Amino acid sequence: MSELPGDLEYTAEHEWLRKEEDGTVTIGITDHAQSALGDLVYVELPEVGQEVEAGGEMAVVESVKAASDVYAPISGEVVAVNEVLADDPEKINADAYGDGWIVRMRPTGDDGETMSPDDYQTLLDELEE
Amino acid sequence: MPFIPHTDDEVEAMLGAIGVEKIDDLFDEIPRELLIKDLDGVPDALSEMEVSRMMRERAARDRGARCFIGAGAYEHHIPAAVWDIATRGEFYSAYTPYQAEASQGTLQTIYEYQTMVTSLTGLDVSNASLYDCASGLAEAALMSVRANRKSKSRRILLSAGVNPMYQKVATAIAGSQGLTFERLPLDLDSGASKLDALTDEGDAPVAVVIQQPSFLGVYENVDALTDWAHANGALVIAVVNPTSLAVLKAPGSWGEAGADIACGEGQALGVPLSSGGPYFGIMTCKADIVRQMPGRIVGRTTDLDGNPGFTLTLQAREQHIRRSKATSNICTNQGLMVTAATIYMSLLGLEGLRRVALASQQQTAKLLDLLTSIDGVERAFSVPHFHEAVIRLDRPVGPILERLATNDILGGFDLSQSYPELGNALLICATETKTDEDLEAYGAALQDAMSATG
Repeated sequence: MSELPGDLEYTAEHEWLRKEEDGTVTIGITDHAQSALGDLVYVELPEVGQEVEAGGEMAVVESVKAASDVYAPISGEVVAVNEVLADDPEKINADAYGDGWIVRMRPTGDDGETMSPDDYQTLLDELEE
Repeated sequence: MPFIPHTDDEVEAMLGAIGVEKIDDLFDEIPRELLIKDLDGVPDALSEMEVSRMMRERAARDRGARCFIGAGAYEHHIPAAVWDIATRGEFYSAYTPYQAEASQGTLQTIYEYQTMVTSLTGLDVSNASLYDCASGLAEAALMSVRANRKSKSRRILLSAGVNPMYQKVATAIAGSQGLTFERLPLDLDSGASKLDALTDEGDAPVAVVIQQPSFLGVYENVDALTDWAHANGALVIAVVNPTSLAVLKAPGSWGEAGADIACGEGQALGVPLSSGGPYFGIMTCKADIVRQMPGRIVGRTTDLDGNPGFTLTLQAREQHIRRSKATSNICTNQGLMVTAATIYMSLLGLEGLRRVALASQQQTAKLLDLLTSIDGVERAFSVPHFHEAVIRLDRPVGPILERLATNDILGGFDLSQSYPELGNALLICATETKTDEDLEAYGAALQDAMSATG
């Protein structure tokens, strides 16, 4: 298992968040999540401008094995989606924390529950056992 | 004796492992007041011999009657080879197999079926079929909500000639998920939808359902309806009769962009009337919304050795994986009916299907001329029709139908419940199975009935 990027926050739903300098938040799924799903074949993205609540369904990532929801870790408005994923969903498999980002949101308050890289690593270690 | 292989000891061991006492405990989430103890009105069990005899006697009541009722189910000639082949051991299965890829022949049959119906409807992809057109319409409506995420509406707008029974079923299935079904008003001159009721203002529906030919046998302006729907952000669901597609414009070519989803009743393709079923539902759609399509889909692929093979595909959104979030909780198909339909279409070819469509249209036109030459009988709409048409009587339809039935003529579908605005209206249908002699027999019987009740 690769090392977790230290500049990100994580959720128990295996998503990551990066707080950008302009106040927006970039969101994706973790390397653990992509590896558990297997080769991704489709990503259903939300509409730009869509308002989502923390904990609500935001996107669907579909592999040959399963279609899984991606939950919004924070409340906010979707300001950008990674259009590249429409044609190349495997970007998430190849680079979950970089080119495989899914949405960018402008937070509107509620931060939701996130954890530090160390806490998420502990969660992953527990799952391995 | 139930065909369950577990012994009492094994059942007890399993219950013990789960930690419950008896099997009923597994279902304790069902409220007690909903459990039924006595099945009032359900008779005691009959032996196989008694059931066979009862069914034979009941079936005998149908024999001999000439059927002029269409209204969604059509009597067409079924070549003997269709069911001879369909009931061979290799094909004889009601469903997609559970070990799907081990049954390459079954999958190939479904793949051929999908190819045929996508070609008829002019759309990109087909599923392996649904139960019937009515439940197919409910599924298409739910699918349109998933596929049209830009729309916040849950309102489905129906053309005036959508089969009223389909509307009932769709409301029963999809109504509890917040969908509402509304009908465009009927233009009493043309029998089609009143298009001036469409405005570009107000709350646009999430989808528009257009049935072509309409339930009343007439043609809707599918191009105008399709373009209006798309201009207002709605998807278009076509409801079609597969036989008619041999001569009419395919839904994929309606308007500027084509319908997005098509459903149809497959019964006309080699499945007997059988007092109402089993039939099968056709569903096809554009490729860009295939992930929202319910049901099984068979794809063609290449195996490890490079040989062509067939496989169930796009299963990730089916209920065994997505559970409550699945595209549908009816993820089965009508395997046997689809097999018969595939054989029927193979035997007829497009040219054969075209002849069936034209002969049916022609016989209905003749019947219409014949019946409307009788005093007190007139055409309801002076417009072209497919193989069904509406006649209007100068008196209530019910008693006339009863009289016709005593002469073994099933005279048509009484429209007074579904379309009271049409008055004493009767929907009639003649397919290629009705000879000129049959039509004359109907004419004579109606003449008698009118004289007797007049």
